[in-house]
Amino acid sequence: MLELANVETFYGTIQVLFGMSMRCKRGEVTTLIGRNGMGKTTTVGSIIGTLESRGGDIRFDGEVISGRPAYEVAQLGIGLVPEGRQVFPNLSVRENLVATAANYSGSSDPWTLDSVLEFFPRLRERLDNQGSQLSGGEQQMLAIGRALMLNPRLLILDEATEGLAPLIRQEIWRRLEQLKQSGMTILLIDKNIDELAHIADRHFIIEKGRMVWQGDSDALTEDASLKARYLGI
Amino acid sequence: MSWLPQSVSGRIYASLLLILAPAPFFFEWINQPFYLDLLSRALILAIAAISLNLILGFGGMVSLGHAAYIGIGAYCVGIPSYYDYYNGWLHLGLALSVSASFALLTGAISLRTKGVYFIMITMAFSQMVFFILLSLEEYGADDGLVIYSRSEFPAWLSMDSSTSLYYWIFGLLLLSLFFIHRLVNARFGRVIVGSKFNEQRMQALGFNTYRYRLVCYVISAMICALAGMLLGNFAGFISPDMISWARSGELIFMVIIGGVGSFFGPLVGTIAFVLLEEFLSLITVYWHLIFGLMLIALVLFGKGGIHGWLSLLDRRGGGHG
Repeated sequence: MLELANVETFYGTIQVLFGMSMRCKRGEVTTLIGRNGMGKTTTVGSIIGTLESRGGDIRFDGEVISGRPAYEVAQLGIGLVPEGRQVFPNLSVRENLVATAANYSGSSDPWTLDSVLEFFPRLRERLDNQGSQLSGGEQQMLAIGRALMLNPRLLILDEATEGLAPLIRQEIWRRLEQLKQSGMTILLIDKNIDELAHIADRHFIIEKGRMVWQGDSDALTEDASLKARYLGI
Repeated sequence: MSWLPQSVSGRIYASLLLILAPAPFFFEWINQPFYLDLLSRALILAIAAISLNLILGFGGMVSLGHAAYIGIGAYCVGIPSYYDYYNGWLHLGLALSVSASFALLTGAISLRTKGVYFIMITMAFSQMVFFILLSLEEYGADDGLVIYSRSEFPAWLSMDSSTSLYYWIFGLLLLSLFFIHRLVNARFGRVIVGSKFNEQRMQALGFNTYRYRLVCYVISAMICALAGMLLGNFAGFISPDMISWARSGELIFMVIIGGVGSFFGPLVGTIAFVLLEEFLSLITVYWHLIFGLMLIALVLFGKGGIHGWLSLLDRRGGGHG
């Protein structure tokens, strides 16, 4: 569904991705793992079009999306839950969800305000609050809800549970499990290897802007040296 | 009653509109036509400030060239009148179409920049218009142009008397407020407001924010040109001075005094600005100094402007809306 081949991305003159390659298959949960500063968020930025890659190629459902503006990539059906949530603080929860809603996947049973509020009942209680008035966990639920309201074909979560309280994390993992069961294709970035191994089908490890390892959850959990070498665990 | 504003500030704004509605009859009754002129001028500038607030307050686009659209609106009355074309629909149509075209052209370039570069480029375009008009000797150059008769509309829409012109101004003010309120609360407006905070995020949600911001800029310019058209008719005189960057700066101050990003803030901010300007100048010839100090104090200590202060009443009163 999503395929990156030898992607090279720069911040100005500084190269961050050095021929990054990976792929996400339809209906699977894929993870991108690596230590801080290895290029995970840069990879996400290159996929969604907020960063322009200068080399290689990014394809979504066979269509080249590298070099296309972010709004066009989103319209093709890639929804992002960004690092740091980035909900609109000056819009209410309802406005955050409804104002940007779309059915980019052309789903016959699209996500609606009601279904998102059913998915995250906590948001219903906070519907008229401004985005800035929510806790970190509520903001993350809102960010996921906002991405779901686009009815994406691929959902990307950058640092899905970073900085959240343990109970909220569990809630988020449960919801992601539900999304997986519904058949949604997901690309996950997180540091919680145990949870990732539990939920995901395929993992990619990034080190200094290159994909250095790929495999399934069994391979990831069994190889202790892998975690020590690339993830510092 | 549910149609009544729920908040204290909302009731104050509604009361202000109710006071403004019969103002001409009141000033006629106390035989003070000067105050009607003062109020008319304030409300015309309020329309311009409201239009600026659409891009500045809601969209985060700080334009230091918005007075250009006042000038364009005014010259769209003045130049046809110079050739004895007084048809009001012609003036109105010209003001809207010329301002929209100019905004589309300059906005398409300006909106490719951000922050201080946007401020500078909007000012540069405005100064271009200023110097073009300054060089047009046929239309009075820096001496300006006298408009001998107001725009002609059917009798029931005439703006010949001070009272009827006031109701044109008041009517267009209400329309502008209503239109911008609807616009900002629609999906279009939410995209603009969201882009102000995080444009990249809005793009990643599938919105071509450049186009949205450009449309917003053009709408704002057209509303501002309406203010210009009214100002030309009101003053009976137009000159390039209307377009200078200092006028654009004053518009920004009007918005800041009233409250950036609030619907009624620019209205109360403009009335406060015009009244202060008028009455301070009666006290001393150095009124600019006092006025400047007041503005500095407001910017430093009065965050949120008059609307911000009124919002404090809402919080104390527990009101909302």
